[in-house]
Amino acid sequence: MSDKKEALFSKKNRKLLIDPLNDNNPVTTQVLGICSALAITVQLKPAIVMAISVLVVMSVANVVVSLMRNLIPSRIRIIVQLVVIAALVILVDQVLKAFVYDVSKELSVFVGLIITNCIIMGRLEAFALGNRPWKSFLDGLGNAFGYGWILIAVAFFRELLGAGTLFGYPVLEKMGLYEMGYENNGMMILPPMALITVGIIIWIQRMKNRDLIES
Amino acid sequence: MKLFKNLLGSVKPHFEKGGKLEKLYPAYDAFETFLFVPDHTTHKGAHVRDAIDLKRTMFMVIVALIPCLLFGMWNVGYQYHLAIGETATLVDNFIFGFWKFLPLIIVSYAVGLAVEFAFAIYRGHSVNEGYLVTGLLIPLTMPIDVPLWMLAISVIFAVVIGKEVFGGTGMNILNPALTARAFLFFAYPIYMSGDKVWVHNAMVDGHSGSTILGELAASTNWQSLSFNPFDMMMGTIPGSVGETSFIAIMIGALILIATGIGSWRIILSTFVGGFVMAALFNMWGANELMATPAEIHLIIGSFAFGAVFMATDPVTGSQTNRGKYIYGFLIGVFAIVIRVFNPAYPEGMMLAILLMNIFAPLVDHYVIQGNIKRRFKRANA
Repeated sequence: MSDKKEALFSKKNRKLLIDPLNDNNPVTTQVLGICSALAITVQLKPAIVMAISVLVVMSVANVVVSLMRNLIPSRIRIIVQLVVIAALVILVDQVLKAFVYDVSKELSVFVGLIITNCIIMGRLEAFALGNRPWKSFLDGLGNAFGYGWILIAVAFFRELLGAGTLFGYPVLEKMGLYEMGYENNGMMILPPMALITVGIIIWIQRMKNRDLIES
Repeated sequence: MKLFKNLLGSVKPHFEKGGKLEKLYPAYDAFETFLFVPDHTTHKGAHVRDAIDLKRTMFMVIVALIPCLLFGMWNVGYQYHLAIGETATLVDNFIFGFWKFLPLIIVSYAVGLAVEFAFAIYRGHSVNEGYLVTGLLIPLTMPIDVPLWMLAISVIFAVVIGKEVFGGTGMNILNPALTARAFLFFAYPIYMSGDKVWVHNAMVDGHSGSTILGELAASTNWQSLSFNPFDMMMGTIPGSVGETSFIAIMIGALILIATGIGSWRIILSTFVGGFVMAALFNMWGANELMATPAEIHLIIGSFAFGAVFMATDPVTGSQTNRGKYIYGFLIGVFAIVIRVFNPAYPEGMMLAILLMNIFAPLVDHYVIQGNIKRRFKRANA
């Protein structure tokens, strides 16, 4: 460790924050956290709530584990990480139940399943255990944003094309599309279409950045 | 012909390397090879060039589809006039159906080929001729009143997600024509199932045109259906445009088998599979679909159409001879299973073929491995 103090947003730290948004996206590049991307992206609102929940859990868990990183015996580190995540998830779950009960009901078991979201566990293992709290915080934030924007993008298309609404507001009806004979696409609401939507995002991403294509 | 040749020859320099329109070479190439047998010669390696290339292979399938196409057009008119209680001559029925069906074909080809050309130019490969057949198969599997924009979306979905994502013709895992149909079926079920879509204008006029499978699913005994087995053989029943006539499909099957383009192994084993499964269900007989005799099962719905034109797709089916038997047999089995156990999906054939498309490479793998093992044994014995 160098004694020189690193700037809060040095180039390296910025990279931690920005890389997971695109080139090292946890969903589209590492293909993690797919189950929740399928399950709660039928509508925008739950997807955004989910993204925020994961953001809170991931960034705080990263900081907490990073603070304890020198105290945790490596043999039991997984269980310690799980306790940290589980505690945070319960907190988030309670907050959701208190303030946005209807969304919490919609997300149902999937809030609890944030515990098993492999992105969070992965970041704790791969990053927080070996880095300082501030860096870990940025890393958690970056990965949560990377996960979140994919979730929100998928949910945007699924809600718009599947139900014709955005946040429950009937956008397409107001545009008068139904009078022209338009119909909602029932396939968008089915889980396979979430997978295909993620696939299309991956496709576009790789078309723009050819380095991501495996030989 | 000479005129075309001269015309093509005169514009060719523009499209070749260094020409102004070099980027559009795939489009030029597509037209040239479509109109004339290409004069390409093999540059390296030992290859045998067959006189019949992919475009002309595909063309034979189109020829085989013509009986279904003509009969389907006539049937559209026949069913419509029957439903509104008018009598019309054979020619009137045909012309009516022709004008109703033509837009579907035009949309299917225009949209599908536009996507194909766009991808070919973007990726710089030659335009894949597979769409010649797919473009005709897609409208043949549609109800006559399907809105054109839905057809267009399903075609785009099928070509892009079903084919181009995997690398174009020859690389696709799923049959593109069935991908289009499956997409529409799940996306807009109101327009793809029920008893209001199979006869022209049924939704507006309110006259019912239930299919045989629909009636069976609603627990009608097969003997008291509105149609007798003769109707089912001839195809004077409501249904998707191309699938109703067993006889027309069989004429197509003969053409495919005689020219060696369709695999008789797949067609035969699909029918055997369907027959065996349906016969087993007959013994069980828990509902009307199960009690329907096996031979009736084979001539209703799209079983025959799927077996002859969809299952035999050389790209998505099994490649090995033994694999073809297994692949076809399982298609027949699954088609009947889905049909009988899930009346909500009256078209088990579509789902069965798509399912087996996915398993075809696995079937081939084990057939080849088994063959290798057997030969090893023989060599070491």
